[in-house]
Amino acid sequence: MAKYLLLKHYRGAPAAVNDVPMAQWTPEEISAHVRYMNEFAARLEETGEFVDGQALAPEGTFVRYDGEGRPPVTDGPFAETKDLIAGWMVIDVDSYERAVELAGELSAAPGAGGKPIHEWLELRPFLTEPPTITE
Amino acid sequence: MDEALLRSLTPGVLAVLVRRGADFAAAEDAVQDALVEAIRVWPADPPRDPKGWLVTVAWRRFLDATRADAARRRREDLVDEEPPPGPVPAVDDTLQLYFLCAHPSLTPSSAVALTLRAVGGLTTRQIAQAYLVPEATMAQRISRAKRTVSGVRFDQPGDVATVLRVLYLVFNEGYSGDVDLAAEAIRLTRQLAAAIDHPEVAGLLALMLLHHARRAARTAPDGALVPLAEQDRGRWDTTLIAEGIEILQAALARDRLGEFQAQAAIAALHADAPTAGETDWVQIVEWYDELARLTDSPVVRLNRAVAVGEADGPRAGLAALAGLDDSLPRYAAVAAYLHERDGDLATAARLYAEAARMAPNLAERDHLTRQAARLNARRGR
Repeated sequence: MAKYLLLKHYRGAPAAVNDVPMAQWTPEEISAHVRYMNEFAARLEETGEFVDGQALAPEGTFVRYDGEGRPPVTDGPFAETKDLIAGWMVIDVDSYERAVELAGELSAAPGAGGKPIHEWLELRPFLTEPPTITE
Repeated sequence: MDEALLRSLTPGVLAVLVRRGADFAAAEDAVQDALVEAIRVWPADPPRDPKGWLVTVAWRRFLDATRADAARRRREDLVDEEPPPGPVPAVDDTLQLYFLCAHPSLTPSSAVALTLRAVGGLTTRQIAQAYLVPEATMAQRISRAKRTVSGVRFDQPGDVATVLRVLYLVFNEGYSGDVDLAAEAIRLTRQLAAAIDHPEVAGLLALMLLHHARRAARTAPDGALVPLAEQDRGRWDTTLIAEGIEILQAALARDRLGEFQAQAAIAALHADAPTAGETDWVQIVEWYDELARLTDSPVVRLNRAVAVGEADGPRAGLAALAGLDDSLPRYAAVAAYLHERDGDLATAARLYAEAARMAPNLAERDHLTRQAARLNARRGR
């Protein structure tokens, strides 16, 4: 088993094929999209491959240490930041091929006109614990 | 076996142990053990006096634990002090437990966790699941909380307001898991209302009942939020509404108004309207005025602007928004709604999309995006 992170980007991924902002869809198209996402997660729970799924607010803050006795410095949000994570799903699957297959399914979620968004999702393997058997 | 009934005995049993001299943290662990034992044993062998059974078993567990890790003399003192078996006093120290678990020295999340475990009788695992954190994290949170309050004298009078804030949090921020935290909050508030005669306790209980009554109508089968005006009022729980209104009226009659009574009064006016169009918005605005006087909260003034928009028209509502900070949560959503009512669909659509970006949860984000989409579709036609 191997864990993979499926990353969805607000910004930073190549443009989707069916790239229309959600507020320009019809309410029914939005409902269909939400249903697809929920059913996808539910199906992965059924197969025992779902680990976690979270969505993030679009705006965040950068924070850094500013020295002893001083409060941390905060900055941002930066409108020009190139990469912006929208959310993720963690899956635990048997192979890289299965991870790719599932990412493909998620990317087929319906968007404007009820057609698949063909959104680019980023697939990142988790670094694992070292194995018990080493030779 | 009725687990809620079993759990309702928790605070009384815990209080007996503490009264007998057990320190709070150890007593609380012992009571948890006794609850687990009860779940195992009772289905086959139900006791005649459930509370007495729990006290006996918990006390034995406490003594076992004391024997394991504390001085033998202290244990013998405690055995000497043990009161004769028999019925335990009905008026217990439940109230003191509420105060202790909501002690001002605790952070809100610690107070919530400790209340659910020590007063509510939930297991650490159930509480962890409900708040979507690992069980080990929740166990740490609870044991740190117990250490924090370990020096507090058990008979110290507490502040009801702190307890009410904790119960309000449990009700309002119940997430998921196999425990219905909203129902649990109602159960705990009922129990508190039985232990103390206080109009704000009644007000909070009424508020919870009136909101819980609408729960089935609040979400569509696909999980989408259904706003108040569009809810199928036939799906509201009329029994809960009737009970909430009765409790509220009795509280209001005592003429000691507080913020929970005022919030419940607003919920009651919504519950009273057979259709959204028949809502008594003028009275609701008056209650928001009372609430603003009691709390001076910008959130209240934001909600008041919605009510003003309904009572006196969207322009009045927009005027009521003036002076409020537009970075307030849900400000954009309220402004969007009022602009839509005022016929300015372009501004409303833009504000709904902005509100969606700032939404604090997915259900609201989806709902607001749908609102923007609805207006954009209408404008496109």
